[in-house]
Amino acid sequence: MMDSFFALASANLLSPPVLFFVLGFAGAFAGSNLTLPEPVAKTLSIYLMLAIGFKGGAAAAAHGLGTDLVIALVSGAILSAFIPLVAYGMLGAMAKLPVVDRAAVAAHYGSISIVTFVAATAAMRTVGLEYEGFLVAVAAVMETPAILVALFIASRASGRRSEKGEVLSEVFLNSSIVVLTGAFIIGMITGEAGLKEIDGFITVPFKGVLCLFLLDMGAVAGRGVRSGWQGMSAGLVAFALIMPFVSALIALPFGLASGLSTGGIAVLMTLAASASYIAVPAAMRLALPEARPSIYLTLSLGFTFPMNLTIGIPVYTAIARFVAG
Amino acid sequence: MQTFPKKQLTIIFEKPILPRMRRLLDAEGVTGYTIFPALAGRGTQGAWDSEGTLGDTGKMVQMLCVLDGDACDRVLDHVFGLLGGQIGIVTVQDVQVIRPAHF
Repeated sequence: MMDSFFALASANLLSPPVLFFVLGFAGAFAGSNLTLPEPVAKTLSIYLMLAIGFKGGAAAAAHGLGTDLVIALVSGAILSAFIPLVAYGMLGAMAKLPVVDRAAVAAHYGSISIVTFVAATAAMRTVGLEYEGFLVAVAAVMETPAILVALFIASRASGRRSEKGEVLSEVFLNSSIVVLTGAFIIGMITGEAGLKEIDGFITVPFKGVLCLFLLDMGAVAGRGVRSGWQGMSAGLVAFALIMPFVSALIALPFGLASGLSTGGIAVLMTLAASASYIAVPAAMRLALPEARPSIYLTLSLGFTFPMNLTIGIPVYTAIARFVAG
Repeated sequence: MQTFPKKQLTIIFEKPILPRMRRLLDAEGVTGYTIFPALAGRGTQGAWDSEGTLGDTGKMVQMLCVLDGDACDRVLDHVFGLLGGQIGIVTVQDVQVIRPAHF
């Protein structure tokens, strides 16, 4: 298993997308003003969602939809609802935080990072592992249950009700989810023939675009750590680095029970291990305004996201290979 | 030129709240307002910069509208309720307009 891990880790760490991420992170952390114009970053993000969603839909159409998809979707929803409870408990043990901050952080760790998902799928291709295309749909399902659980925790603790409807529409109608889910459905409708028509647009440039996008994401994460690390306690940083492994291990039996391939299990573990930093922060500003973005954004974007991208994905892949063969 | 007294309401608030703020103003019958993006600043929670942020979190906007005095008081009550737990600045100024029917 250790040999497998080191081989996967070096393949992952020395891949162009991860190295560009490290470049962006290190540059911004050192004080560089490196950044992409926001419309460019948004366009790249939509391109990546469109490409991964469409390819997932085309793969799902070729594979056919069966009970394995339903089991994987239910597994994703259960994971997203359960992981915040674990995160909330762990935060209580590892850091002194007000309930509202703990609930907000828990929501981030139950929900997912689509960019981490995209990076995991790229890493699977790098090491030659197949994964199920329908995991795109599982990723979309995993965005929201965590938020509902976190709001439930916060409302029980504070006795105050939150407006869930607007918060959920903020997440459901988030541009990433709309494009990802929509492209998945279009990919399913048009199938292999549709994929052939736009293959030159969504497959060949994919990794190059991912490099550019991760360069920017690295810069955002580096700036986040640079500006937010002073408010972080050792317990909080430890949580941000340990929680993803706990979540990944929780996801492992769900991946096995869903009958996923080795690559599919690794991607599901990565999804569970990832933490949101786009959709959930915006939802938290609406639902739990007292919770501090400087805590939940710094943890999810500044610590967990880089850790997953560099160390986490190879570890989850090695565990999936060890357990599922 | 003859001018007419009105109140100018200026609110700086977090971008994720924008849809709620617009619904509030529409519900209160405010017939005109303008919203600007804010670039960067500093507040009680430290400095912030809209550049290099992801999504709407961390971004601020400024809303400006001109109202009658009575309408301004009414809108202010609701704005206060909306921004209760949020980051934001609300100011009211006396201004002069030349086309009073517009406000």
